[in-house]
Amino acid sequence: MRIAALLACLVVLLAAPPGRAAAWTETLRDAAGPLHGFVEVREGLRTQSDPLEDGATLNELRLQVDRLWYHDLYTAQFKADLVYDDLAADRGEVDLETGDGWFDLRQAYIQASPLSWMDVKLGRQVLTWGTGDLLFINDLFPKDWQSFFLGRDDEYLKAPSDALLVSLFPEWASIDMAYTPRFDADRFISGERISYWGGQALAGQDAIVDPLRPDDWFSDGELAVRLYRPLGAHEAAVYAYRGFWKSPGGTDPASGRAVFPELGVFGASIRGPFAGGIASLEAGYYDSADDRDGDDPFCNNSEARLLAGYEREAMRNVTIGFQYSLERIMEHEAYLRALADAGLPADGARDADRHTVTARMTWLLLNQALVLNCFARYSPSDNDAYIKPAVTYTISDRWQVSAGGNVFLGEAPYTFLGQFENNSNVHASLRCSY
Amino acid sequence: MIRKRIIMAGLVLAAGIGTAGRAEEPDADTIVRKANAASYYAGKDGRAKVTMELSDGRTREFTILRRNADAGQDQMFYVYFTAPSDVRRMAYLVHKHPGGDDDRWLFLPALNLVKRIAPGDKRTSFVGSDFLYEDVSGRGLEEDAHALIETTETQYVIRNTPLDPDAVAFASYTVWIDKETFLPRKAEYVDRNGTLYRRVTADRIESVQGYPTVMVSTAEDLAAGTKTVNTFSEVAYDIGLSDRIFTERFLRRPPREVTR
Repeated sequence: MRIAALLACLVVLLAAPPGRAAAWTETLRDAAGPLHGFVEVREGLRTQSDPLEDGATLNELRLQVDRLWYHDLYTAQFKADLVYDDLAADRGEVDLETGDGWFDLRQAYIQASPLSWMDVKLGRQVLTWGTGDLLFINDLFPKDWQSFFLGRDDEYLKAPSDALLVSLFPEWASIDMAYTPRFDADRFISGERISYWGGQALAGQDAIVDPLRPDDWFSDGELAVRLYRPLGAHEAAVYAYRGFWKSPGGTDPASGRAVFPELGVFGASIRGPFAGGIASLEAGYYDSADDRDGDDPFCNNSEARLLAGYEREAMRNVTIGFQYSLERIMEHEAYLRALADAGLPADGARDADRHTVTARMTWLLLNQALVLNCFARYSPSDNDAYIKPAVTYTISDRWQVSAGGNVFLGEAPYTFLGQFENNSNVHASLRCSY
Repeated sequence: MIRKRIIMAGLVLAAGIGTAGRAEEPDADTIVRKANAASYYAGKDGRAKVTMELSDGRTREFTILRRNADAGQDQMFYVYFTAPSDVRRMAYLVHKHPGGDDDRWLFLPALNLVKRIAPGDKRTSFVGSDFLYEDVSGRGLEEDAHALIETTETQYVIRNTPLDPDAVAFASYTVWIDKETFLPRKAEYVDRNGTLYRRVTADRIESVQGYPTVMVSTAEDLAAGTKTVNTFSEVAYDIGLSDRIFTERFLRRPPREVTR
């Protein structure tokens, strides 16, 4: 259904001048770049047992096909994965929204510059902006947290959006406007492969989240806007977003099903050279429109978020980075009262402030053929942590092997990272590119 | 006085333009200034396709665009990788500020991510090859003392000694510069023990639009026993590159100048 609509869009655009279909077919052929992609096998295992999940975390074979078309009038890309996922509950049913099934459409867009100061990109595409390293404030585009925590390649952290991106480039600034006519949620932790805190207890395959998705075309759309420009050697940006919490941010009290409440975000960022490295600062206000007073226990409160980062070369071939982030719940007292009134346990309640620090080290060896990378985040307020080590070795232009892990540590089972403690895993992959 | 001409290939090996035919010998500072001006500032802008072959069998293919600032020594570089797959469609943007830190960005297509790169040691490998960032964008003339140690029939031989010896691995390097073209033909680096450990050579030079151009160059790491051979093709100068190309817009959406 979705794919049909997308392909229809592409066909309509490509066939726009009536009666010239043949000419267009020809230019399409001329514009086609070579077919690329890879075949990859990827395996992963839990490092401890989880009564709610399988022992294996990954066991899959993936074929990616990727083709680009470059033409004077347009650029187009088609990129899709054919997946044999041995651990999937249902391999047959393709869901382009969640990525479930044997076919995952990664990108299918056409891009053009109708004016010298305007770019338009329509179709399935990956959208990214903001300054964070694995911490996101103003990037409200869909993430695939399940793939990320299972240990798929980094490119799978970003789930695609089905969107129209219009970019304007007047002299004084650049403006991006991304319109998603139907809400694209995160590929969030649902219990299917990774267990999570269900509110009263840990939950997994026994309680797979089946949310009520805002899924009406146009009325359940999303709009994300960014205005950015250089300020000397720095880059400044302001952002706005109107849509929904990207992962479930509440519960429908009647049905008990997870929901995606309405969300508006306003923010700004600046990034540039500082003390021999690159420093960045980003802030955003999350306006949870359905619970501005904070007294609805079934809906996320509004939040203020702040992120400061710094990255520099520590020595030749070694780069280090640090971040600090603050997530402050607005109306925290109302939140606690609401939980108590609803008879929900207070020990699972969030603190008013969640502090997080992160560190990353990247070390390039053997003429950059070997990359050692470790990302760690720790929250002193939640007393939980996440460590993601990774080793990638490029054997040749064609072959690449990688290994890594996702380690979750936490004192309590209900904190943001601590809830995933039973999901700590190691994984390895072998990839052949063509 | 023969007009100086520069080379795009100078991007990956300090190549030079030649002034020649002067009655008296120029001094060392004049020679390196001319070689640098010629090597890295030829024409107003330029483009080349580059194939890098590493000795471990890996390759790198990219298109490089360069544009000089309208005034001053600043330059902009845009590098668009076409192969192999681990770098395909990556784009790399440099705003070069001689005498200061360059501004650098990397575009990662799979994440559609524009990453600002921390200023780093310029004597680290360029994309895993035996060429260094500094070979690509040039080494500041003010970082070394220059001495003309020999003049042959066809070449000036310049010894360059770093003013801050602790900042670099070499104790000095010697460059052989063509009198005719001002193109460096060979550079040899020695460490503090006096051991030759690195060599960069311009192996083939052709005239492109009247500019003597390095078409093949080699960097050798004699200590590690590795080398990288660069082959240039489709070199063009003064192609009218707009400075708009060297912005985030075209990092995310490669311009036709590199996708053709």
